[in-house]
Amino acid sequence: MTILAQRHDGPDATTAPGPRRRLLGLVTALLVLSALLVLSVMIGSTEISPSVVWDALFHPSADIDQFAIRDYRLPRTLVGLAVGVALGLSGALIQAITRNPLADPGVLGVHAGASFAVTVAVGVLGITDIQGYMWFAFAGALVVTLMVLALGSTRQGQSPVVMVLAGVCVGAVLGGAREAIQLTDPEAFDAMRSWNAGSIVGRPLDLLWPILPLLAVALVLALVVSGPLNAMALGDDLATAQGVHPARTRILAVVALTLLAGGATAIAGPVAFVGLMVPHVARWLVGPHQRWIFVYSILLAPSLLLASDIIGRIVMRPGEIPVGIVTAFIGAPVLIVLVRRNKASGL
Amino acid sequence: MTARSVLVLRRRRVAVRLEWRSLLVCTVLAIAVMSVAVLALMTGSYQLGPDQVVSALAGGETGLVHTIVVEWRLPRVTAAVVFGAALGVSGAVFQSLLRNPLADPGIIGFSQGSFTGALIVILVVNGTYLQLVGGALVGGMATAVVVYLLAYRRGMQGFRLIVVGIGVSAMLESINTWLILKADLEEAMAAAVWGAGSLNGVSWGQVVVGGACIAVLLLLAASLSRPMRQLELGDAAAASHGVRVSPTRLGLIVVGVALTATVTAASGPIAFISLVAPQIARRLARTAGITLAPAAFVGALLCLTADYLAQHVAPTPLPVGLITVILGGGYLGWLLFGEARRRL
Repeated sequence: MTILAQRHDGPDATTAPGPRRRLLGLVTALLVLSALLVLSVMIGSTEISPSVVWDALFHPSADIDQFAIRDYRLPRTLVGLAVGVALGLSGALIQAITRNPLADPGVLGVHAGASFAVTVAVGVLGITDIQGYMWFAFAGALVVTLMVLALGSTRQGQSPVVMVLAGVCVGAVLGGAREAIQLTDPEAFDAMRSWNAGSIVGRPLDLLWPILPLLAVALVLALVVSGPLNAMALGDDLATAQGVHPARTRILAVVALTLLAGGATAIAGPVAFVGLMVPHVARWLVGPHQRWIFVYSILLAPSLLLASDIIGRIVMRPGEIPVGIVTAFIGAPVLIVLVRRNKASGL
Repeated sequence: MTARSVLVLRRRRVAVRLEWRSLLVCTVLAIAVMSVAVLALMTGSYQLGPDQVVSALAGGETGLVHTIVVEWRLPRVTAAVVFGAALGVSGAVFQSLLRNPLADPGIIGFSQGSFTGALIVILVVNGTYLQLVGGALVGGMATAVVVYLLAYRRGMQGFRLIVVGIGVSAMLESINTWLILKADLEEAMAAAVWGAGSLNGVSWGQVVVGGACIAVLLLLAASLSRPMRQLELGDAAAASHGVRVSPTRLGLIVVGVALTATVTAASGPIAFISLVAPQIARRLARTAGITLAPAAFVGALLCLTADYLAQHVAPTPLPVGLITVILGGGYLGWLLFGEARRRL
């Protein structure tokens, strides 16, 4: 069970960069994210000049290119920003509570739960509109995560190892059931194959608004538990001695991560590796302090998502590759390089 | 562990150690496999009695009953038994090698790789069945080699192999998603059925060719089983017992991959049997490590039962791989929770 038993180093185990370097990094990350936001609006299957982009945002008219910007690329960019923030922070949270550097929201069954619920909505209830099945995805993610949490609880409290195992098993069972529905229902299969790839294309902003308050609540919860999670990196006993309630912290963290991962998956479908990779990079940049890891993850994850989305638009012009496929292609080699060089923090 | 009764058969330099409990477990499992097989041969749109099945197998029937039993139903039942056994042994080999109860040929990207190969043949090349088999084999083997090479760095370490396998599988999975996304609906669904693992339309030809390959590989696995058990104690301990560590490990990997490859080529990747069978077998036989024979019997029983359920109990006939995922995932969860709880 080696894969599940790896631990992070405690907060004092590595030489963390000083506050000046962290702030400098923060500013750089912000600049990169801003640049990517601009690029995401500008780059697409058709070339639109920067001046038209500017006019579309600030001097709206009925110009066709302006429509493309306002109705298509701007929502896509904002959706990418929100989904990225949610994925990065949920990844940082799950790695902190399971103390498993390879954990990812997908591991806790979030993707499997959302995907199964969407399949039921499409295949059994005949809902074909993403605005209709988005809430199924969210509910599925929520129910499965709570189920995994319940299964992962022992009499002595939650065990990270048992929790991850529960996620893997529930995920497998739901995956089989989902495929069984899809393979007997061509319509559901057809609808699901694009959802399964993970994409932020064609998601109107109306999809995003109802999710945003939930993401905001989760953000606050995450910042609240960041301190206690820091203490828990040294083990539950030491944390309890410092006045931290491990069980309560874990439950709050799981609620936050479920809202985040569920919200992201409801909008974009399963996007792999962002939640896995970004907290690693953050930990490598700022050391093992949870609050800094969270802040960096919030900035770096949307950057990665938007960059992947832009790459997906460029490489197959005029066709596009869904962002979930690009992130897998960027994420997997990074994971392999990390494990080969033993550089992955805590590996 | 208390002393156990062991039967040792010696003949010149070959000694076979049979543990009574393993022998008993294998016998019981063999009887169970035969019972389910007879049940599967009886059931279908044309119901038969057990006496008719037995006499058809013995060659006592002619005409329709003979055709139904021997030509229609028997290939599928045989395939389920042989393939299940192969998957069980393949899983046992990998779990012993990586000393990890979650290890499985899927871990080294094999299933995803062979699915990618098959998808390319089905969707891009529009190839024949033989080309599909070739594509699946090449894809799976190439993936296994790539994962092994990427994970090899001053020796092989189980954890690194697993992480590299996860990474490469994820990339292949996204290629597969992309191929299915771009394909026609009908072709994509046919490919997805294959990808789920199905024994539909298995013919005697496939069973005979696949069965012969599997028989040879099972003999090889049996000949490597003693050094395999010694490797479980650690490389140094095994070497001190005269085991040539690297060649043995490479040989075991090749046998394990080839067993899964043969099954995958014929039926698509049937999930979870290779993961679950060795664990169930270990608990039934109460052995300390992984043993091959009980794993083979459990694998056969699981695959046969799952295929029966997929054909006759589900509301519409399903690929067997979906049933094994659901049953296997649930059972594995139950086993692991039990064990994790006990240890806490």
